Amino acid sequence: MEKMARVTTALGGNTLTGRTMYCHLDAPANAISVCRDAAQVVVAGRNIFKIYAIEEEQFVEKLNLRVGRKPSLNFSCADVVWHQMDENLLATAATNGVVVTWNLGKPSRNKQDQLFTEHKRTVNKVCFHPTEAYMLLSGSQDGYMKCFDLRKKDSVSTFSGQSESVRDVQFSIRDYFTFAATFENGNVQLWDIRRPDRYERMFTAHNGPVFCCDWHPEDRGWLATGGRDKMVKVWDMNTNRAKEIYCVQSIASVARVKWRPECKHHLATCSMMVDHNIYVWDVRRPYIPSAMFEEHRDVTTGIVWRHLHDPYFLLSGSKDSTLYQHIFKDASQPIERANPEGLCYGLFGDLAFAAKESLVTADSNRKPYPGDRRHPIFFKRKLDPTEQFESVSSSALSVFETEPDSSSMGWFVDTARRYALAGRSLAELCDHNAKVAKELSRNQVAQTWTMLRIIYCSPGTMPSANLNHSIGKGSASLPLMNSFNLKDMASGMGSEARLDWSKGENRSENILLDSSATLITNDENEETEGSDVPADYLLGDVEGDEDELYLMDHENAHTEEPEYVLPQEAFPLRHEIVDNPSGPDHLQDKADSPHVSGNEAETVSLTPVESFSLISISHTLYESRLPPDFFSALVRDMLRFYAEQGDVQMAVSVLIVLGERIRKEIDEQTQEHWYTSYIDLLQRFRLWNISNQVIKLSTCRAITCLNQASTTLHVNCSNCKRPMSNKGWICDRCRQCASTCAVCHHVVKGLFVWCQGCSHGGHLQHILKWLESSTQCPAGCGHLCEYT
Amino acid sequence: MRLGTAANAAYTATLAVTELLGCKQCNGNGGGGGGGGGGGGAGEELGIRIPRPLGHGPSRFIPEKEILQVGNEDAQMHTLFADSFAALGRLDNITLVMVFHPQYLESFLKTQHYLLQMDGPLPLHYRHYIGIMAAARHQCSYLVNLHVNDFLHVGGDPKWLNGLENAPQKLQNLGELNKVLAHRPWLITKEHIEQLLKAEEHSWSLAELVHAVVLLTHYHSLASFTFGCGISPEIHCDGGHTFRPPSVSNYCICDITNGNHSMEEIHVAGSVSITDSFCEVEALMEKMKQLQECRDEEEASQEEMASRFEIEKRESMFVFSSDDEEVAPTRDISRHFEDTSYGYKDFSRHGMHVPTFRVQDYCWEDHGYSLVNRLYPDVGQLIDEKFHIAYNLTYNTMAMHKDVDTSMLRRAIWNYIHCMFGIRYDDYDYGEINQLLDRSFKVYIKTVVCTPEKATKKMYDSFWRQFKHSEKVHVNLLLIEARMQAELLYALRAITRYMT
Repeated sequence: MEKMARVTTALGGNTLTGRTMYCHLDAPANAISVCRDAAQVVVAGRNIFKIYAIEEEQFVEKLNLRVGRKPSLNFSCADVVWHQMDENLLATAATNGVVVTWNLGKPSRNKQDQLFTEHKRTVNKVCFHPTEAYMLLSGSQDGYMKCFDLRKKDSVSTFSGQSESVRDVQFSIRDYFTFAATFENGNVQLWDIRRPDRYERMFTAHNGPVFCCDWHPEDRGWLATGGRDKMVKVWDMNTNRAKEIYCVQSIASVARVKWRPECKHHLATCSMMVDHNIYVWDVRRPYIPSAMFEEHRDVTTGIVWRHLHDPYFLLSGSKDSTLYQHIFKDASQPIERANPEGLCYGLFGDLAFAAKESLVTADSNRKPYPGDRRHPIFFKRKLDPTEQFESVSSSALSVFETEPDSSSMGWFVDTARRYALAGRSLAELCDHNAKVAKELSRNQVAQTWTMLRIIYCSPGTMPSANLNHSIGKGSASLPLMNSFNLKDMASGMGSEARLDWSKGENRSENILLDSSATLITNDENEETEGSDVPADYLLGDVEGDEDELYLMDHENAHTEEPEYVLPQEAFPLRHEIVDNPSGPDHLQDKADSPHVSGNEAETVSLTPVESFSLISISHTLYESRLPPDFFSALVRDMLRFYAEQGDVQMAVSVLIVLGERIRKEIDEQTQEHWYTSYIDLLQRFRLWNISNQVIKLSTCRAITCLNQASTTLHVNCSNCKRPMSNKGWICDRCRQCASTCAVCHHVVKGLFVWCQGCSHGGHLQHILKWLESSTQCPAGCGHLCEYT
Repeated sequence: MRLGTAANAAYTATLAVTELLGCKQCNGNGGGGGGGGGGGGAGEELGIRIPRPLGHGPSRFIPEKEILQVGNEDAQMHTLFADSFAALGRLDNITLVMVFHPQYLESFLKTQHYLLQMDGPLPLHYRHYIGIMAAARHQCSYLVNLHVNDFLHVGGDPKWLNGLENAPQKLQNLGELNKVLAHRPWLITKEHIEQLLKAEEHSWSLAELVHAVVLLTHYHSLASFTFGCGISPEIHCDGGHTFRPPSVSNYCICDITNGNHSMEEIHVAGSVSITDSFCEVEALMEKMKQLQECRDEEEASQEEMASRFEIEKRESMFVFSSDDEEVAPTRDISRHFEDTSYGYKDFSRHGMHVPTFRVQDYCWEDHGYSLVNRLYPDVGQLIDEKFHIAYNLTYNTMAMHKDVDTSMLRRAIWNYIHCMFGIRYDDYDYGEINQLLDRSFKVYIKTVVCTPEKATKKMYDSFWRQFKHSEKVHVNLLLIEARMQAELLYALRAITRYMT
């Protein structure tokens, strides 16, 4: 209660003053209502029925209307209403179905005036006619509405909703004869008070009970309704059909709705379950309440604006046995705490981003807009400050357009299609992927793959696999490896770097260095193992050396592998040998070659003994100092780097290919994040098969289960070949069991394999056997089934 | 299977005789659902023991010929059966009995399917285990057997079935709530809820708890239905079949015990009390008419209304049938729950003062629904529909009379059940209950709702003798839904109190 704003409003001579204040009631309140002069409030509940005077600083109990010692259900009020014309007149609706009127002008202690016991069930709502002094309307659980003339003993007319319980009745403020009634089944009915036989109009407003409604105090056609479906809807009743013009989505069922005086678009709501706050909404801004009162500790059961023409004072009663007066100044405004931000992709890759202007400008003062730098293919087109509603806050909209030439993602699609992620040895996978990347002139990526192969290929299998590989199809693969010469690479990298983001430049250069080094190593390996190609190019004297090298490698296959993971020490050696294959190039056009070291290399490389010794040294080095996961940290950083650059494809592909080798280095969450991003991208490009493969190969539990969620399999009946709409195995068209085996004619339980072409199928074993001997469908339909 | 109650001893004896002297004809009749009868001969040649169904139709209380035969159903029922079969992989006896009221059955199956198989906060095996826990509280071997199978089928750990103490701590914690909810739901406080939600690593989330509570109440009331309609064990479950070969003797005792017995019964009922029971219906209708007419004439005072509720509440405990001896539950079932002695106890009898639950302060439509739907989306809607259908279901018939407005009778039954749980409707005159429900009917209601395991065929037969079986099943639907709502109201109110 530290907030104690004092508000004074002048209303045609009448002055309302007050502060946020509350008083304890003895019992939970069910409903409240105010006197016309805004000076008194009546609180009614199961065990309470009192009138409080609203004074400047406090509520003062004025009158207890529960008199007599014996408890009576007639006092157990579900609703209370104070007549807006006559300040002595009150009406209550009792939970046992009685409607009671009270006359405060009575001299005796018991102010009870009349008792109407016509309803059979709980009366949910009573309502006085806004201008007529004697007219009272009630709506009850039994589905009837009754209109009482207070001068008579019985009801004047009864309206049957012909549907379920009535939850609320409200006289229209402007139309003398009209009232609205809301029902438990979601309907709203409009009645003419003169015609009790039939409603004028009915429409379904909500899904589930409509708990409340309120006519707009100024606009004659507007009716606000609130329901259990957590919605507040505003209906325009002027047209022939009731038209929903606004809809506010609250977070809990809406128990009461009251238009805010003097504010055309504002209304206050409270809920009957879970949520204890009172919200004031601007119906034009349905996602965030414009004000919120959070004082109550239990559900708010009654809200009422203190005066007909004053928008700043709200009274509320609650199950927590308190009565509050809320001042608008003290309301919390969720909008102040909210950070309105929006982000959206356009059809062609445009990106729009809206945020509070203050945020954006503050940011751009400090440094250039982060998006520009990180995603060079985007540029910031315009800064478009647009005013939002009522100048609450202005926000800035930035649109990033894709450059027309960079919008092509062909490389992505191609890469995704052609990458091999599983099914072969690691070395083969790496080679294959490197080749793919190379062909798409993504040299850096290609290099990375090659490096990975070198780093990870396990010592035991690597040489033989590689040998087979290079010998078997040496001519096919080796020229390719040869083409990996430095010149090519340098230019390739250069162009890529130029395209590249400023931030990553330093790093990519580092990588360039590293990778060129290792790439060379790789070339060298290919070379030393299957050296037929250099033999073609090199002169005779070199050839002999090469042969020696080759043989030597054969003999010392086991000593040679560690070389793949050689650190710096081995670098010179590789350098030398590597330049051999590019030797011919150098010879042919030396001027072009950026690497003069070729000559040196040649000279050194021709001493096989030396290289041999180096290799053995490196071997021991490896044994003593390098555990297999020595490079894990580096590879992890590399993956992070790619992911950060936006090439999540690379990150995920490497992750899958390396599998266990790297998985534990990266935390689950990051992996999951990468996977989801990649899968999302793949699906955007409609690469369903690949995305499925990725899902299948992923080791993240959260990802693999993507495949299991909401998978629908559409099945045709094998008899009538129509789609089976019915779940289960009985076709509802031909009424036969659809899953009979075409071979043995028994119902298949368990694994059922069927042809997607003709819908016939059966036991897996039977079909397999059948198709061994025949190509046609076992059902005899003539379809050439295939089993793959 | 050993049947749990002494009252069923006579029936068990009949079964034993049937077992000994079963015959082919009966077998053919009885095996309608089983489908095993036909292949009997061939199976024997191969030395395979062919199980034969033991019971006579889905219900022990309702003669099989009264129940719809599979194959005779209309299109709507057929889709229902197909759906049920697709969802559960079986057409259980409960479904076969409920199909008297296809409209309700549809909603029931939809809800059950959602609770057990669709997205929800609890893992599948937990759901079945909770079902077992709930059914075991009422020693309902039928449901326990069904769900033991399902539990194992969805990959539950068989060890858990050795008793609650072998289940995870989390489920053990639920035991207390299960116990109170089944027998004395009015004792549930927010402390119960708090204990479950704040148990460190074994704690439940609110959503899980609501799911569990819905499952518990569902299976408590389903147990009531099972006993109330005398559902026979499924053929594949314990007690549902026998391996004894059919007798070759032409003389068939089942003919006597079955056909003649029931004939006899009709005869007895017919000759002795046909006028009696005819009057019964007439009198009931007359009372309803009177109540409708003279409702406004003599208005009872407030105190009297209040005392009528109290009287009804107090009286409801005396309506227990005399044979109130405690029967030890069969071992097989009892291992699923602890504290077997804890049963239904009337609050007034034990001098506990429990404040009356005012439905106007916390009702399903306004409060319960919103809470359930918030924590376990869509289920609130499904249950709401189910309550609605059960409460509003009517064919405007009563026994042989047509075009009767039965709303008053239905409301009396519903409110009587809620009254037994201390739930009071301010706008209801509890004097009506006394007028409309006679003692034998009250005994039946009370037994089925509070101690379903004690329900007997005698009780089933002795109330509303002229009414059709479908109407008695209808009554059972009202019973189980009213019971479920009452339990839910108490549990949800406690959760609401915990949340605020």
